[in-house]
Amino acid sequence: MRGITKRFGQVVANDSISLKLFRGEILALLGENGSGKTTLMNMLSGIYQPDEGEIFKDGAPIYIHSPREAYDYGIGMIHQHYKLIEVFTAAQNIILGLNDGKMDIRAAEKKVKEICDRYGFDIDPSRKVYDMSVSQKQTIEIVKMLYRGADILILDEPTAVLTPQETRKLFTVLKNMKNDGKAIVIITHKLHEVMEVSDKVAVLRKGQYIGTVNTSETDPQALTDMMVGHAVTLNIDRPLYPEPKKKLIVENLTCVDEEGIKKLDGVSFFANTGEILGVAGISGSGQKELLEAMTGLYPVKEGSIRFINGDGNEVELVGMSPKKIRATGVGMAFVPEDRLGMGLVGSMGMSGNMMLRSWKNGKGALLKKKEPEELATRVWKELEVVTPDVNYPVRRLSGGNVQKVLVGREIAIGPEVLLTAYAVRGLDINTSYTIYNLLTEQKMKGVAVIYVGEDLDVLIELCDRILVLCDGKLSGVVDGRSASKEEIGLMMTHIGNKEAADE
Amino acid sequence: MSESSKTPFVRLAKRTDIDPRRAMLIRIASIVIALILGTIPMIISGTNPFEAYSVIVQGSLLRRTYLNQTVKIAIPLLGCALAIAPCFKMRFWNIGAEGQITIGAMCATYFALYWYNRVPHLVLLLMMFLVSLIGGGIWALIPAFFKAKWNTNETLFTLMMNYIAIGIVAWLQGGPWEGRKGSQLIPMFNDAARLPDFNFMIGIGEHEFSLTSHVGLIFILILVVLMYIYMNKTKQGYEIAVIGDSVNTARYAGMNVGNIIMRTMFISGAISGFVGFLTVSGANYTLFSGVADGVGFTAITVAWLSQLNPFAMIVISMMLAVLEKGANTLQTRLQVPASISDIITGILLFTMLSCEFFINYRLIFRGRAAKEEKA
Repeated sequence: MRGITKRFGQVVANDSISLKLFRGEILALLGENGSGKTTLMNMLSGIYQPDEGEIFKDGAPIYIHSPREAYDYGIGMIHQHYKLIEVFTAAQNIILGLNDGKMDIRAAEKKVKEICDRYGFDIDPSRKVYDMSVSQKQTIEIVKMLYRGADILILDEPTAVLTPQETRKLFTVLKNMKNDGKAIVIITHKLHEVMEVSDKVAVLRKGQYIGTVNTSETDPQALTDMMVGHAVTLNIDRPLYPEPKKKLIVENLTCVDEEGIKKLDGVSFFANTGEILGVAGISGSGQKELLEAMTGLYPVKEGSIRFINGDGNEVELVGMSPKKIRATGVGMAFVPEDRLGMGLVGSMGMSGNMMLRSWKNGKGALLKKKEPEELATRVWKELEVVTPDVNYPVRRLSGGNVQKVLVGREIAIGPEVLLTAYAVRGLDINTSYTIYNLLTEQKMKGVAVIYVGEDLDVLIELCDRILVLCDGKLSGVVDGRSASKEEIGLMMTHIGNKEAADE
Repeated sequence: MSESSKTPFVRLAKRTDIDPRRAMLIRIASIVIALILGTIPMIISGTNPFEAYSVIVQGSLLRRTYLNQTVKIAIPLLGCALAIAPCFKMRFWNIGAEGQITIGAMCATYFALYWYNRVPHLVLLLMMFLVSLIGGGIWALIPAFFKAKWNTNETLFTLMMNYIAIGIVAWLQGGPWEGRKGSQLIPMFNDAARLPDFNFMIGIGEHEFSLTSHVGLIFILILVVLMYIYMNKTKQGYEIAVIGDSVNTARYAGMNVGNIIMRTMFISGAISGFVGFLTVSGANYTLFSGVADGVGFTAITVAWLSQLNPFAMIVISMMLAVLEKGANTLQTRLQVPASISDIITGILLFTMLSCEFFINYRLIFRGRAAKEEKA
């Protein structure tokens, strides 16, 4: 790939990236969230087309317009979300969409078996997909690509959904395929996996290509440095709150998802008034579950979340519904990651969205529209939301304005605890600063602010303390004023030393 | 830069913004296109389309008896569309109105058959009214309960419930409630169980139109206003709108999604049950397994075409009733099969749905895209 550029609107997802991939080699594509790894690989597999740049295979330029054309060039991609038909068998799924005129299931099953034996896969081609585990489904996706004669395989975060045992099995298979002369790209941000399985590592950062190194010649520290880059001074104001008090205590919090995978594993920490507590971690390390568990939206398996009232009493929040939490008088505001899908009603205007927190207010069956409308007008003016009027559907607003509506509403409820998830994701610099200032303002009012973020530069400039999550576990808590980016970066990718975790 | 020949010929782009007046124009254009496309089957069957359309209008509106019959067709359509509206707003695909009508009609019929000589006229009608609400409501509550508890597919569930309801009435018709032995019919209602007719005088300019219909028409028109208020001005209506937009947002706002689904479905089923009561007590004066007569499905078209706006439903249900009644006249006058109205309704639905697509997206052609980029 040479000079590949892809833009989405004004965002440059990939900025003239050049990459080389050889047969019989596993290349790890490493980078933080939003660094453009998946975008780059989607262009290779025909889902997107580059705005600029060319792709060469075996020296000749190729144009890939669709995943089907990618197959023809022997390129197969295994996505994070599998695209299988549950009621079909493994073999049926594998030959699905192949247009060779005949549907010979028996021959297909035989060929699937051959592929499995050759690389050490373990699946039964005649089994139905809905009977299979996540790892078996992934195996089918890989076999599907091999069946179609792929010699370049791209795996997008293949280990995110696997147990450690399954991961080991996958790596064995990948190495077998490598020895057979296949070229493999694995997209990941788990450093130890990179070290374990890859031959070379290519690093992306914020859409830029940073470089490629041989795995044998590098170490996790060096890779982290490449991944996070050098500290940038942002000059975010960080005043000290005179007398912080404990506001929220989380003890031994464990959450399990529907598949039975632990999303949070024994996390304990506390949040103080007048403090911004940052939460750092690779995406999917449990940040979403942590915030949703605190607001009663995610089921808690074990542990306790206690809110400390103004008079010093503790209120246990685990087991309460969001409605109950509010009824108990716990002032908790939450700016979720999925702004339009969880925090706002896209089809309604600002007034309708202000109502989301207050629609129950007032007696009788009729909605009280006046107050939300006034609030909407106030937020509109104070935060300079760009919208034609307060009834204009928020879905049509730009990302920054959507976030202003959401944050404006949450601050307006006068919270004691303010939870924010990726509050500045996708926002321009100015809006980001507006949000930082709003959060700091809340902090100085004595609110316990929890800020889940992805940009380490911001975290170490904005937050008083930073809690680092790694794979659902607490990796440690560091002081935002003294911590370095490298330190946090390392803690994000493997559990820090025991003392830090106990702090 | 990828060569221009490598970019696809037509691309789709989402419209971020559209002038509401322009959107309205697109919608009106789609109705016109549907009427034009509707001439194709007429021409094929050898009829002059102008003559056919004028017969449809004459045969449904321009004579008193015709108008009365047209309104009679429109009443259940409108009522049932009102019933479906909150469900669809919630994105709960209730296609079981047919069954809910049938059960409501059945409950009302029980009192019409066995209580007509025990209670006064008005009390009897009131009892029939109440049980039709409860019957239809409970029938709709069943799929909602399963949706709320185990997330079953409501489309299939409500659809299947239709056939159960129709089956029950078919059994009553040939069994316990059969009138004359072997007739397979439920006897006609006693006068005490019939809704009274009313004369409505409508003055437009110098002309006066009179319209005779059962009193159900008044109730349905009141219901239009009530439903508008319910969906737009009440807390419950707000909850429904939020759930329809995003279930996660509703949960985030502390709404109990399962309970709201069940409550809304009960209301919806109750209104459909009420429509069933109006049909047996105001129009048919008896019950049979085909009492709903496809109204539960046609009402989906009405609700959809009117964008869930109760006032627009009056217009759309009248329009479909005109097509249906007019096509009947067309059949007797010009020997054109009455199914022509189904064809036009089908085309109408198709063009209206595809016009939503053009309201939301615009097409960018290869040549034009290049020009736009330069500009």
